[in-house]
Amino acid sequence: MSQPESAIADAQAGGPSNGTPDKGQEPLAKLAERYGLRRAIARPSLPVYLRQLWERRHFVMTYATSRNVSKYSNSALGQLWQVLTPLMNAGIYWLMFGLILGADKGVPNYPAFLITGMFVFTYTQRSVSSGAKSISGNLSLIRALHFPRAALPFAYTIQEFQQLLISMGVLVALVLVTGEAPTWFWLLIPVALLLQTMFNVGASLVLARVGSTARDLNQLLPFIMRTWLYASGVFFSIQDKVVGADGDVFRQWIADIMYFNPAAAYIELMRDLLMESHAPRPYIWYVCIFWAVFALIGGFWYFWRAEEKYGRG
Amino acid sequence: MAELTEELSSVKAEEPGAPTKDVRVHPNPDPAGDSRAGTPTVIVDDLHIIYRVYGAATEAEKGNAANALMRLLKRQGRPQMKEVHAVRGVSFVAHHGDAIGIIGRNGSGKSTMLRAIAGLLPPHSGAVYTDGQPSLLGVNAAMMRELTGERNIVLGCYAMGMNPAQVREKYDEIVEFSGIGEFVQFPMSTYSSGMGARLRFAIASAKAHDVLLIDEALATGDRDFKRKSQERIKQMRDQAGTVFLVAHNLDVIEETCNRVIWLHKGKIKMDGDPKAVLAAYNSA
Repeated sequence: MSQPESAIADAQAGGPSNGTPDKGQEPLAKLAERYGLRRAIARPSLPVYLRQLWERRHFVMTYATSRNVSKYSNSALGQLWQVLTPLMNAGIYWLMFGLILGADKGVPNYPAFLITGMFVFTYTQRSVSSGAKSISGNLSLIRALHFPRAALPFAYTIQEFQQLLISMGVLVALVLVTGEAPTWFWLLIPVALLLQTMFNVGASLVLARVGSTARDLNQLLPFIMRTWLYASGVFFSIQDKVVGADGDVFRQWIADIMYFNPAAAYIELMRDLLMESHAPRPYIWYVCIFWAVFALIGGFWYFWRAEEKYGRG
Repeated sequence: MAELTEELSSVKAEEPGAPTKDVRVHPNPDPAGDSRAGTPTVIVDDLHIIYRVYGAATEAEKGNAANALMRLLKRQGRPQMKEVHAVRGVSFVAHHGDAIGIIGRNGSGKSTMLRAIAGLLPPHSGAVYTDGQPSLLGVNAAMMRELTGERNIVLGCYAMGMNPAQVREKYDEIVEFSGIGEFVQFPMSTYSSGMGARLRFAIASAKAHDVLLIDEALATGDRDFKRKSQERIKQMRDQAGTVFLVAHNLDVIEETCNRVIWLHKGKIKMDGDPKAVLAAYNSA
C-alpha cells in the first residue's frame, strides 16, 4: 500500500526473478531498503506520536469508562459505590484524626480542611499508582494490538478523573455542611482540577515507564505513597507545624520547600478555593502551574522515549 | 544497519549447513495477482526474541516494601528470573499473495514470532521489515468479561483503531456475523466459550488489514461458524496480500496456504511447499 513507486518499478525491472535477486548474496537489510520496507518496530516522531494518540482518543475514553463500569459490576449496589466509597473514607478520616487524635488544634474548620486534603491527595495517589501498573498490567493488550502505548496511562488517569468528579460532588456537599459558604472562587475549582490532572497524567506516564521494567515498583509504591501522604500536610497544616507562631526564617524556608511538593501544593490550592478561612502561601498558584506543565511535558517525553520497548517481558 | 548485516553473516558462517540458509524459498505467488505480486511485504532478518520470565517468589523475599527497595537499589533481578530464548535467528522473506502457514510444537516460538512481525514485541537482535502495518487478529486482549457484548464490540473496535462512524457502520454486521442474537445485551462472562470465541472473531475480522496475522483463530466455534470464518479469512487474504496463519489443525493450513514454515525450538526447521513440509512434519 505505502510502497513507493520506485520499489515497484525496481521489482518489475528485476524481471522473472522478481523479489529473489542475487541468489543468497544480498543482505536482507539491503533487500528491505530496496523495496522500501520499514522496521516493524520504530518509534514515531513526537508530533506523529501525538497525532496517533489523538486519533485513539475514543479508545482512551471508552477504555476508561469500561474499566469504571466493570469495576463495580459484581457488587449489589453497583455504581452507587462510586459515591459511597469517598463518603465512607471521609467519615473514617474525620473520626480518626478529628475526634480520636484531636489533630485539629489551631486549624479553623478542621473537617473541611481534612476532607479536602484527603480527596485531593487520593486523586493524585490513585492516578499515580494505577499509572504505574498501566503498562505492566496490560502486557497481553500491548502484545496483541497496535496503538500508542501512552493511551494506557492516559486511560487510567481519565478513569480516576471520572471517579474524582463524583468525589468532588461529595466534597463540595460536605464542605457546605461544615459551614463554608460558596464564593466566586469556587468557579476556579475546574482550573485547579485541570492543573492537578495535568500533573497526574505526567506523573503516571513517568511511573508507567518505570513500572514497565522495574517490576518491584508495585511492592514499593504503597510505602512511597504513605510517606508522600504524611509529607503533604493532609492531616496537619505544614505552616503551623513547621514554622509555628514565631516565624523563624529558616523554618519558613523548610516549610516553603515542603509546599513545593506537588501534592501539598494542589491540596493547598483547593483549600484556598473552598475555605474562606484558609490562607495559603502566596506562590501556591505558580507552584501548581509549574508542576502541571513540567510533569505533563516531561512525563510525555520520558514515556515516548521508550515507546518501542514496552511489551517485552 | 551495518551491525545487523554483520550479525547475519556471522550466523551464516557458524552454521553453513543449517536449514535456515535457504531464506528465499518462493513458491509461485498467485500469477493472476496484481503487479505487486511477488514483491516482498515482510522481511524477517535474523530475528532473536528473548523473554524474561519470573518464577514464584520464595517466602523470604515476598511482600514487604523494604525488601523491594533494597532490590531496586541494588539493581538485582530475582534469582528465579529466567531468560527464555523463544526465537533464535529466524530469517525469511514473505511476498505479496503469499499465505504462509506456521507450524510447530507448543512452545516452538510461533506466536512470539507473529507478535514480532506485528511489531508488538521488540526483537532482542535482528529486525523485521514490513510494508505497511501488519495486524494481529487478536482483539480479545482489550475486551472485558464483566461488560456486555455491546460494550465490548464498541471497545474492541476502538481498540483496533476505528473511529465512531466506522464503529456504527460495522456494529450490526458484527452482531449478525457472530450470531449471538440477544445475548449481545448480556455480560460476556455469561457466554459459552463458543459464543465468546465467535464474538471475538467477528470483532477482530471487521477491519481490513494490509498484512494479516492469524493465531489459532479457527480452533473454536461449531462447524457452521468454522466454515463462515474460513470464508471470511479467504476474503481477508484476497484484500491483504499476505496472510500468516498459525494453527495446529494441519488441514486448515493445507487448504489455505501456499507456503509453510516449520518452527522447531525457535529456529526454522523447514520452509517451503505445504505438501513437502507437512509430510516431513507428520513423519517427525
